[in-house]
Amino acid sequence: MRAKACDACTARTWLLGRLAGRIEKVRARVEDLLELDDDALIAAVGGRARGDLRRELDRLEVGEVKARARGARLETLCRCDPAYPPALRALPAAPAVLHVAGGLDRLLALVARDPVAVVGSRRATPYGLEMALGLGRGLAVCGLPVISGMAFGVDSAAHAGALEAGGPTVAVLPGSADRPYPAGKRALFRRIAEDGVAVSELAPGARVCRWTFLARNRVIAALASMTVVVEAGDRSGALVTARVAGELGRPVGAVPGQVATPQAAGPNALLAGGACVVRGAQDVLDELFGAGVRRAAEPRRPPPPELRPLLAAVAAGRDTAAALAGAGFTPEHALSELAALELGGFVRRGPGGRFSVLP
Amino acid sequence: MLARIATFAIDGIDPRHVWVEVDIRSGLPAFTIVGLGDAAVRESRDRVRAAIMNSGFEFPQTRITANLAPAFLRKVGPGFDAALAIAVLAASGQVPAGPLAAYAVFGELSLGGELRDSPGALAVAEGARRAGLKRLIVPRERAREAALVEGLEIAGVPTLRAAAEVLGGSALPPLPRETQAMPSDAAEPDLADIRGHAAPLLALEIAAAGGHNLLLEGPPGTGKTMLARRIPSILPAMTREEAIEVTRIHSVAGLHASGLIPARPFRAPHHTVSASGLVGGGAPPRPGEATLAHHGVLFLDELAEFQRSSLDALRQPLEDGRVTIVRGQRALVFPTRFMLVAATNPCPCGFAGVRDRCRCGEPDLRRHQRRLSGPLLDRMDLLVAVERPSEAELRAAPKTSSATARERVAEARERQRRRLAGSRASCNGEMDARLLRRHVRLEDAAEEILAQAYVAGALSARGRHRVVRVAQTIADLEGHDRITQVDVLTALSLRQRSASETALAA
Repeated sequence: MRAKACDACTARTWLLGRLAGRIEKVRARVEDLLELDDDALIAAVGGRARGDLRRELDRLEVGEVKARARGARLETLCRCDPAYPPALRALPAAPAVLHVAGGLDRLLALVARDPVAVVGSRRATPYGLEMALGLGRGLAVCGLPVISGMAFGVDSAAHAGALEAGGPTVAVLPGSADRPYPAGKRALFRRIAEDGVAVSELAPGARVCRWTFLARNRVIAALASMTVVVEAGDRSGALVTARVAGELGRPVGAVPGQVATPQAAGPNALLAGGACVVRGAQDVLDELFGAGVRRAAEPRRPPPPELRPLLAAVAAGRDTAAALAGAGFTPEHALSELAALELGGFVRRGPGGRFSVLP
Repeated sequence: MLARIATFAIDGIDPRHVWVEVDIRSGLPAFTIVGLGDAAVRESRDRVRAAIMNSGFEFPQTRITANLAPAFLRKVGPGFDAALAIAVLAASGQVPAGPLAAYAVFGELSLGGELRDSPGALAVAEGARRAGLKRLIVPRERAREAALVEGLEIAGVPTLRAAAEVLGGSALPPLPRETQAMPSDAAEPDLADIRGHAAPLLALEIAAAGGHNLLLEGPPGTGKTMLARRIPSILPAMTREEAIEVTRIHSVAGLHASGLIPARPFRAPHHTVSASGLVGGGAPPRPGEATLAHHGVLFLDELAEFQRSSLDALRQPLEDGRVTIVRGQRALVFPTRFMLVAATNPCPCGFAGVRDRCRCGEPDLRRHQRRLSGPLLDRMDLLVAVERPSEAELRAAPKTSSATARERVAEARERQRRRLAGSRASCNGEMDARLLRRHVRLEDAAEEILAQAYVAGALSARGRHRVVRVAQTIADLEGHDRITQVDVLTALSLRQRSASETALAA
């Protein structure tokens, strides 16, 4: 356990937590507010309680704040430390302190390995989930860490894909890093804390507000070497991540979607604006390292010859046992061969008993 | 004068021996019934009086005391009317009291003196045989049903007067003729009605052959219910003992016309059913749908819509094959050995996986999954996706018929019976871990596949048992001595996905 945050930065973290409710109410861009120093921030959002807040900050026992982080088993690192990830320093308002669950060293190692952010809608379609999962898996196989926000939908599918392939993943949380948000992602959070890291700029006990999501998104964009939007509605937070990434001069990619699907509006608009088309991990590698410099996964050992006709049929869209029966496979064959393909990792069974071919 | 005759109270679904004693002595005219009867038994006084008088007998204008013994047993319903009337007639010397000892009487009376159709005659007949009685008088409509019990002479009589004549020594009336069988166009649903649905048909056959519980998953209107309704038609025929047990239960519940129920029951309660409606309950406790489905199929359509409490109540019945209902001081046991078949949409809108049709977000899917999951889902050995059949399939000839499938099922069951002889289980679905170890033999390649699936995390320890059980049934259907690789793969493909395997696990 290492607590390397300095007093000033720790006080800043405490202040953000203290002002969370006030920041929520002020009509200003969160990024602009976060750029202000402590006094200016109090002046901007403190209202009549300015004086009291100022005095509270002066009398703050920094030791107690630090002890709380230690109690929550979080390691800390502040922006005054030379080890602070240089990628984050590019932000005009870099997080004062990073609270890390799962190991500070691991975080620093991962951030140095060209992590890719895979973000998107909470209300993702099955297509979006499948793409996020596949992208997470594909990137992890090539050794690129996957960063996301552990929200429902695309975010957690991306984490899960990376974990499935045995790759590390970084979750940037909108609340404190010692507990899962959303709470329903408890199991995923546990796996991430074991094999990856969870990070937050807020201290333990911080409230989750609307603005903390936006603040979190800027951290994701800044940590990642490239940001990929899988699915996002018109007003999705994933578009904020993409915008910040663009402002930082990092490449932005998007997974094309069906024009009529509302969740595809965001990525399609990004593509129209010149974002890089992401069809799979290979497109990300080409964008980051130059076309053809790094290959996505090693070409996999081919399926046994007797399973090939069925695999080809599934790839051609006959994705259920019933559809396969229509193509002349007897149900006995279809069922047992699908199971064999699934065990071999060639297909995956999705909702409604539909199979999809894994990349 | 004192007269005494036997009748039976129905306690749950079991007959309880009850003595109806009538004592007549001089005094002001009065008719009292003691012995813990309910309102229907109290009202019985007026029915008995009117029925006796309208049958051309005399109702004694003296003090009449009737007792239903044993006095601690709560007696429910109008089934004691006939016995009370006969006892009154015997006590007043209008029928001979001598032969009464060999008889039991059961039935409700109308004011005109007719014996009305009353539910539970078969249970009463079983009670009479067990009590060593020789003859049973029941309403005429119930005679065939009561006659299913061997070693008992049944007098099916239309009226109280006819009953008195039987007691007076006249010949027993002949049994009414078998009611006409249903016209053939209302025949049993048959698998030949089904087009397409290759995989579900296979799953149906496996489920029937091994007595496995089955979950059908598919969009609305694809034929889940149609498939489920045809399961009884491919199950092996009931033995006579099973049929009598089913008839007795249905007779007590008042669901059954006459004679022996030939086909296995199929019960499909609506999803608003309460826990006591499902497993039995109420006061007095009555059998629930689980018991009515005994030896047959319990079908839960729209599984996700059932109340959690109702589904949880099914745990004991599924586990033990019977359910114990405790009400007040009494505990009743109902048998519940049924095959559970459930159908559900794969997601709230029903079109999960159909790319441009499903509009459910992850929270919706998770909620749906949560509603489904739990101990009940844990008991489902087979899960099969039901798809809309294609146009070509709809026009094609049927793939199979119930008769063909039933033959295969019967053969597979015979193999299981031989293998499991002497153990508690009668089919693969009932094998526990110990029986699995003792009786199940896998080929090496099959063992390997199973190990591979287990190591890959596709199976839990319990899930592994489930897959082996199903694979054994597939091997029985195919006539394999040892489970082959293909058997295991097919079983794996029909297994239930644990939550951690689906994309939702994220």
